[in-house]
Amino acid sequence: MAALTIATGTGNWFSALALGVTLLKCLLIPTYHSTDFEVHRNWLAITHSLPISQWYYEATSEWTLDYPPFFAWFEYILSHVAKYFDQEMLNVHNLNYSSSRTLLFQRFSVIFMDVLFVCCKCIDGKKVGKELTEKPKFILSVLLLWNFGLLIVDHIHFQYNGFLFGLMLLSIARLFQKRHMEGAFLFAVLLHFKHIYLYVAPAYGVYLLRSYCFTANKPDGSIRWKSFSFVRVISLGLVVFLVSALSLGPFLALNQLPQVFSRLFPFKRGLCHAYWAPNFWALYNALDKVLSVIGLKLKFLDPNNIPKASMTSGLVQQFQHTVLPSVTPLATLICTLIAILPSIFCLWFKPQGPRGFLRCLTLCALSSFMFGWHVHEKAILLAILPMSLLSVGKAGDASIFLILTTTGHYSLFPLLFTAPELPIKILLMLLFTIYSISSLKTLFRKEKPLFNWMETFYLLGLGPLEVCCEFVFPFTSWKVKYPFIPLLLTSVYCAVGITYAWFKLYVSVLIDSAIGKTKKQ
Amino acid sequence: MEKWYLMTVVVLIGLTVRWTVSLNSYSGAGKPPMFGDYEAQRHWQEITFNLPVKQWAKFINPDWIALHTSRGYESQAHKLFMRTTVLIADLLIYIPAVVLYCCCLKEISTKKKIANALCILLYPGLILIDYGHFQYNSVSLGFALWGVLGISCDCDLLGSLAFCLAINYKQMELYHALPFFCFLLGKCFKKGLKGKGFVLLVKLACIVVASFVLCWLPFFTEREQTLQVLRRLFPVDRGLFEDKVANIWCSFNVFLKIKDILPRHIQLIMSFCSTFLSLLPACIKLILQPSSKGFKFTLVSCALSFFLFSFQVHEKSILLVSLPVCLVLSEIPFMSTWFLLVSTFSMLPLLLKDELLMPSVVTTMAFFIACVTSFSIFEKTSEEELQLKSFSISVRKYLPCFTFLSRIIQYLFLISVITMVLLTLMTVTLDPPQKLPDLFSVLVCFVSCLNFLFFLVYFNIIIMWDSKSGRNQKKIS
Repeated sequence: MAALTIATGTGNWFSALALGVTLLKCLLIPTYHSTDFEVHRNWLAITHSLPISQWYYEATSEWTLDYPPFFAWFEYILSHVAKYFDQEMLNVHNLNYSSSRTLLFQRFSVIFMDVLFVCCKCIDGKKVGKELTEKPKFILSVLLLWNFGLLIVDHIHFQYNGFLFGLMLLSIARLFQKRHMEGAFLFAVLLHFKHIYLYVAPAYGVYLLRSYCFTANKPDGSIRWKSFSFVRVISLGLVVFLVSALSLGPFLALNQLPQVFSRLFPFKRGLCHAYWAPNFWALYNALDKVLSVIGLKLKFLDPNNIPKASMTSGLVQQFQHTVLPSVTPLATLICTLIAILPSIFCLWFKPQGPRGFLRCLTLCALSSFMFGWHVHEKAILLAILPMSLLSVGKAGDASIFLILTTTGHYSLFPLLFTAPELPIKILLMLLFTIYSISSLKTLFRKEKPLFNWMETFYLLGLGPLEVCCEFVFPFTSWKVKYPFIPLLLTSVYCAVGITYAWFKLYVSVLIDSAIGKTKKQ
Repeated sequence: MEKWYLMTVVVLIGLTVRWTVSLNSYSGAGKPPMFGDYEAQRHWQEITFNLPVKQWAKFINPDWIALHTSRGYESQAHKLFMRTTVLIADLLIYIPAVVLYCCCLKEISTKKKIANALCILLYPGLILIDYGHFQYNSVSLGFALWGVLGISCDCDLLGSLAFCLAINYKQMELYHALPFFCFLLGKCFKKGLKGKGFVLLVKLACIVVASFVLCWLPFFTEREQTLQVLRRLFPVDRGLFEDKVANIWCSFNVFLKIKDILPRHIQLIMSFCSTFLSLLPACIKLILQPSSKGFKFTLVSCALSFFLFSFQVHEKSILLVSLPVCLVLSEIPFMSTWFLLVSTFSMLPLLLKDELLMPSVVTTMAFFIACVTSFSIFEKTSEEELQLKSFSISVRKYLPCFTFLSRIIQYLFLISVITMVLLTLMTVTLDPPQKLPDLFSVLVCFVSCLNFLFFLVYFNIIIMWDSKSGRNQKKIS
């Protein structure tokens, strides 16, 4: 019996949580999957059947390879397992092939890779006494393992974000443990898996330069130029260089770098995705639309001058704004840089150890989400997951986290638009939201309440919004005339919340560094 | 307040698991002309809505229930509708009963109550049958649970009413009828048959008669119609058992083909007598010493006796035993978890036919993990925890060396689990030999039946050796 006890991990709550969520993921196997499923099947086929020189040129399918080389190698390794499930999926010409075995294989590969995510979250999970469910470690584990956004994006919509976030969390953990070289190495590897993590690269760069390359600070916390260590800079540079060489080397040798970069950074796509990510540009677009409607009504604008393409018709094109100035990629880049600059300055001039780094990282991710070009709504996960780590530390961070996470997760709803998945997304969202709010409230019950009346009102408004968009609207006459209204409403409503959270986080970071408190690490 | 948040989270988990299971195949999917239970339910909707025609059916797609033309109707939208009705019925009747039951449990902490609710809601058997195979068991089981709740909390009239509704919804609930009857009778006796007891008896009789009359009124118009209904409800013409089921007769049939040898009326008498003989001791004890705990355990043993010995039992009837076992989960977690695992396993051939292998495995594992972490069941295998202390003390009067009871039970558990896992693997991976095409189903039924017999003995021991001595011990300490 003792052996059985150990084997089943009696009292080990962490394994129970991890196993529980894995079983839930298995139950999600027969759910709807988006075109991303076909994308990954195509990449399996490309990497398996074609030589390296063809990988970034292959265009039989519209879903061309647009992730960095490490991900391509990952798909290549997967494809060697895939051939035991169903050989047919590896044929490049089998577009939209999805036998049940293919489905099973792909789903299981995501679940399996998530094990990596779990391992990176390894926490000592011995049985603790009565206060178990109130301990920050427990709450953090639930928030990360059972994260709603990750569940529906990875296991329903279909992507491989789990293990990538695992890598990111591991690299953050290494930085917390002062193992900077490993942290840098892991981040470099991560960058070459999915280049979206460039959003947070400035935070890494500045932090490593400031806190690792300068080995000591003056007593007042400012920089001591003499402590600059060339050895460290060079070793960091070497690590990054070696990883990049490993990744891009083969393509450099084949003279394919421009092609690779054009696949990785397709600027021909429009400012916004078909469904506007709830960022600043969503508000900008909405304002533009409102002004143009008002302008038409008040006869300030000539109807003939307005371009016909609606920004929410579902197509990804380049188009113009009518009233406000049009936005170019360069403009978004400049806006993003301006947005992240204050946090970078804080990190440089008043470094507050790994915790300050984490806040700067979250701010970078959030600012890039706010002002970036052609941002996907899924990118909000990049800000939510690091923020989870901060939320169990301070009440202020917890409140910002809850607003960000609830609105961010709600903004993912349009990803799952099929009827059978409707109860799942509502139930899981309620599950995560109720748990996160109640557990963080209990954790910080001795401090002032987490939300003021305005924030509570806003968050509660998500309920009626959902009812209107999914239950009431389809039965009204507007469904035919203005089919994009639910998407528009969702996008704008969430954009308000996310902007507010971004603003609040910025204010908190700036205030804290102005006061100059040294946070506990 | 935190308790309500956690309870809500538990209910949400239960609902999520139910809905994700319902995304899978259902009984008889794509298998004309018989289809399966899914088609049966749709057919019954067709009949009840068309004769006479009800107006509100027009709001839903009338194609789904058009008389005659909708036979075998299968579409995505219709499947969604059917699944939603099951979920709503569950949400309105069964789940509130479970939550209320767990909140009313005495002598355990809040955390344990919530963990109890989680385990009951995660019980795989009910989820797989209702949301996978497709039935509406949660309605009848929910009503029965309300009945148990009512009677345990001394709201006898409401409890009886709820139970009558349960019976009139699904006649299988008659398995539970005897314990209800005996417990209520015992209560009346205790109050004194000349005074309050008699009043209570009369009130209960009125409620029962009234609820039955109300439900059956439309069918009382003709004697022939009533008889027809009865014949449909109790199909004694269909024989001792049908298909493979984990009860005594089917297992016996493996060795001696009693179904073919004995004439019909002898089979009836045999099953009738054996059923009543096996449940008589517990029921008599309940009349003489009515107690809430005794009531629950008697529910288990009666339903189990009916399942093992009765006529025309279906494998899904094990759910009627599982519900009372869920109720005693907090008292004997180890044995209850074991029983509930076996009960799910006994339905394996049915679940495989419906292509529900993945959900079955996943939900069983989830349930097992939930029970292990909530109750630490492997630490609760001592004699006292298994409620066998008084029994083993009595046995030790004759056999002083009888000290290894809990060790035996632990080994039996291991053997049972290993056998179940092996059989599942074999059924899924291997093909049965040509001469014995039903080999694996029969083996599953046979093994389950052996387990169930063991449990019958165990539960009866608990009831019979229950605490006169226990109560005395408490008084002393």
